[in-house]
Amino acid sequence: MNGTTGGDGVLVAVEGVEKVFHRGSEDIHVLKDLHLTVPAGQFLALMGPSGSGKSTLLNLIGGLDRPTQGTVHVAGERVDQLSDHRLASWRARHIGFVFQLYNLMPVLTAERNVELPLLLTPLSKAERRRHVEAALAMVGLSARAKHFPRTLSGGEQQRVGIARGIVTDPTLLLCDEPTGDLDRKSGDEILDLLQALNREHGKTIIMVTHDPHASARASRTVYLNKGQLSSAPVN
Amino acid sequence: MAGPINWFSQVASVTKFGLLSIPQRRGSVAAAVFGIAGVVAVLVGVLSIAAGFRRVLADSGSPDSAIVLRSGADSEMVSGLGREQTRIIADAPGVARGPGGALASAELFVIINLPKKSTGTDVNVPLRGVEPAAFQVRDHLKFVEGRPFTWGRNEVVVGVGAAREFAGLEVGDLMKVGRYEWPVVGIFSAGGSAAESEVWSDAKALQDAYHRGDSFQSVYVRLQSPAAFDRFKDALTTDPRLNVKVERQDEYFAEQSTAVTTLINLLGYPIAGLMAVGAIFGALNTMYSSVAARTREIATLRALGFGRGAVVASIMLESVALALLGGVIGAAVAYFGFNGFHASTINWQSFSSLTFAFAVTRGLLVQGIVLATLIGVLGGLLPAFRAAWLPIASALRQL
Amino acid sequence: MKFLHLVWGNLMRKKLRTALTLLSIVVAFLLFGFLSAIKEALTGGVSIAGANRLIVRHKVSIIQLLPYSYKARMERLPGVALVTHQTWFGGIYQDPKNFFMQCPVDPESFLAMFPEFLLPPAQKAAWLQTRTGAIVGRKTAERFGWKVGDRVPIVSTIWAQPDGSRRWTFDIVGIFDGREKNTDTTPLFFRYDYFDEVREQGHSWDRGQVGWYTIRVSDPAQAGAVAKAVDAEFENSSAETKTEPEGAFVQAWVNQVGNIALITASILGAVFFTILLVAGNTMSQSVRERIGELGVLKAIGFTNGQVLAMVLLESCVLALLGGGLGLGLAWLATSHGDPTGGYLPMFFLPPRDLLVGLGFSLVLGVVTGVLPALQAMRLRVAEALRRM
Repeated sequence: MNGTTGGDGVLVAVEGVEKVFHRGSEDIHVLKDLHLTVPAGQFLALMGPSGSGKSTLLNLIGGLDRPTQGTVHVAGERVDQLSDHRLASWRARHIGFVFQLYNLMPVLTAERNVELPLLLTPLSKAERRRHVEAALAMVGLSARAKHFPRTLSGGEQQRVGIARGIVTDPTLLLCDEPTGDLDRKSGDEILDLLQALNREHGKTIIMVTHDPHASARASRTVYLNKGQLSSAPVN
Repeated sequence: MAGPINWFSQVASVTKFGLLSIPQRRGSVAAAVFGIAGVVAVLVGVLSIAAGFRRVLADSGSPDSAIVLRSGADSEMVSGLGREQTRIIADAPGVARGPGGALASAELFVIINLPKKSTGTDVNVPLRGVEPAAFQVRDHLKFVEGRPFTWGRNEVVVGVGAAREFAGLEVGDLMKVGRYEWPVVGIFSAGGSAAESEVWSDAKALQDAYHRGDSFQSVYVRLQSPAAFDRFKDALTTDPRLNVKVERQDEYFAEQSTAVTTLINLLGYPIAGLMAVGAIFGALNTMYSSVAARTREIATLRALGFGRGAVVASIMLESVALALLGGVIGAAVAYFGFNGFHASTINWQSFSSLTFAFAVTRGLLVQGIVLATLIGVLGGLLPAFRAAWLPIASALRQL
Repeated sequence: MKFLHLVWGNLMRKKLRTALTLLSIVVAFLLFGFLSAIKEALTGGVSIAGANRLIVRHKVSIIQLLPYSYKARMERLPGVALVTHQTWFGGIYQDPKNFFMQCPVDPESFLAMFPEFLLPPAQKAAWLQTRTGAIVGRKTAERFGWKVGDRVPIVSTIWAQPDGSRRWTFDIVGIFDGREKNTDTTPLFFRYDYFDEVREQGHSWDRGQVGWYTIRVSDPAQAGAVAKAVDAEFENSSAETKTEPEGAFVQAWVNQVGNIALITASILGAVFFTILLVAGNTMSQSVRERIGELGVLKAIGFTNGQVLAMVLLESCVLALLGGGLGLGLAWLATSHGDPTGGYLPMFFLPPRDLLVGLGFSLVLGVVTGVLPALQAMRLRVAEALRRM
């Protein structure tokens, strides 16, 4: 397992975090005084209505953005304090992303898409190929390795996305509405896959979703409303 | 869809949508327009060199004046005529007469070295010895500074072109002729003709300086009328005492320019042609991206009933309009940038320098605009057909 | 490079647009090659001028002749290794458009002075034995289909035979080649002794006179001093001289023709300006379309520097590919000789200009890519992802 944990096996610790966006002359407070801890090996679902700041929180944890105030610890590092350059290499080593719209490169085949994060490592060509094959096998798409995204179904494209997300064996898998664009059946397959990754391989997963069907698969769910976290849904 | 008016309004609508979307595509539009402007500017610019060169020589002769050289000579440089012969020529039928006698000037022609002002290196400058009638035989000759030289004295006058391009030819300067130094006493203009590249003095003085005895190289004659030329020529060519070649001055000068103008045209047109090919690719790029950007729009219009022809016409219209814009810009750059630019080069046939000005003529501007239009048509054709033959249903689904 | 297929894939994204941009670049560099050949044809004489050769001509005017007696006087001057002479014959073969230079020369000293003219010894021997013999350069021989043994008539515009006709007939005894690629093999040379005897007594001061001399100095460093000494020798005589290095003489001639370098540079400037617009526009469009993808790359962990490098690599690959193809085509096109059919003394693309062209294509790649690359580099990841 990659990375170090804080005390009591805590992987992610968000403390007193505030995020303000400036839109013209307005100030929008998306997150207010937020606290969250995620132990290693947990499958956490982040739920809330649209505009509640779920994706923003995910971005902060993933080092894609910085909080206006507060601290973010991931795998023992102060992520909010790393420079852009350090953040890039930190993300490459520790984070795997899965996006709602898959975000594959249309000009690359499935296996080349999965290989992308590995290009940032010093691995040799042969080693990279091994990792890619393993990742594709884990998501069950070895047969479609040489296909371009435009010839894959939505569910298949998302599985490629997941393969890309795990190919570097990251500390943390961050998923932003992974089933948002899929039909029920494909969505279920994806959720099965994520659950397996968590239960059988011990991957820590934080998943943003608005679908209770998806959050039911997680081991813990927190709710975000108007920038504040709670353990119960707000009606 | 019925009626030509309907069709025109269709074309107008589709074209309008296209032109309205230009701000989004301004990058590729700018690329195409300036690409075409560049082609036109280069074509017109390079050819204006040849045109200017030719114009100097064309302006150098009128149909009622003639030049007589020794038979077989293709330029004054290699010609030779004796005094007796020049007298016979001056007395020939058809020659106009003035108060001082026949309007005929026996002349000789040498080349001297002078430094070119712009580079400091030597240039072959024509030095011509003339007789009094020379000032009437040539049109538009007038002094802009100083005075004519005094006959019998060792003095020279200089053409405006020569004074501008070559060093040491201001009024008051001393010019080295052979082993002597002769003062420059005046500067003359001659209607933009070849004479403006020359230095003139009294033929007798020049003969003495160059030990030419009493021989000349050419006779310039003003005829009674353009029609008198044939009479004049026949009389001279049938005279057993003479062995001469008689030409109208404008024909003679036209011949003199062929070498240079041919070379420039042989090089200029292929260069412009290549640039045009490049510009066509640029125009194709722009028009294809224009069509691609508006695929859903065009498909919608066609689904609503706009005809194929209207779509083709509007895209062609847009392409030609942009090309014409580029052409006008290029023509303007060429005209304001090059027209009248002074330069000098070698006239191969006489081995001497000729000063001239780049001439962006109406004909060249027209050629440039025509080229631009052609590029616009070729650049719009394929994209227009692609737009018109879009499969509507799939185009509507496109994001 | 492992990132190459990502770069290549991006170029292939919009094949038509990439192809048209590439073709524009190819045409631009084809023009570059063509113009370089033209420039070399018009100005190349300067570089091949011998460093140890001086030209001696009449001080006042190029068309005036110098006495033959000057030869012996110059040979006696210190620093002078060899002297030979040439005279402008001004001849026409069939049609005035078939222009090429002809000169009467002294065979031995002439061939010794100009080792760049390669003549087989047997043909040289034949020339020495044939009074009416002439050697002609390969280019002109091929142009008119002349072979050794042919008799060719040339009409001189300046010099006449004693019977008054201007028609001279020469026997082709040899065909010479050029040692370098840019040696001019268009002229024809015949024997001075034949010329001097035969030319008309019409211009009485012409007999025993030559057009200009060429001197080889024994030490190139002394060229300036020798030139001064020659001119001093003939100062105040009836025909004063002007002596200068061959290169300076040719350069002055080129300057008279016009500022060729400026003209070709201006045309190329216009061409490159438009090419910059075309390729630059393509690159910036390409980056704009991919903002989302670039965001994903950054999310995965690509650094700003890596994203910048990737975009620059794209523009450089496009430019170098187009430049290489264009220059290659220019090379092929110019290796077939003079397209003007005889107006230019030489026509080829100097290797030096090929390298300059490749350099320009690299510059093109960098300049067209730098702004889009900077834009890509500065993308904020979270915003970029929203625009996917």
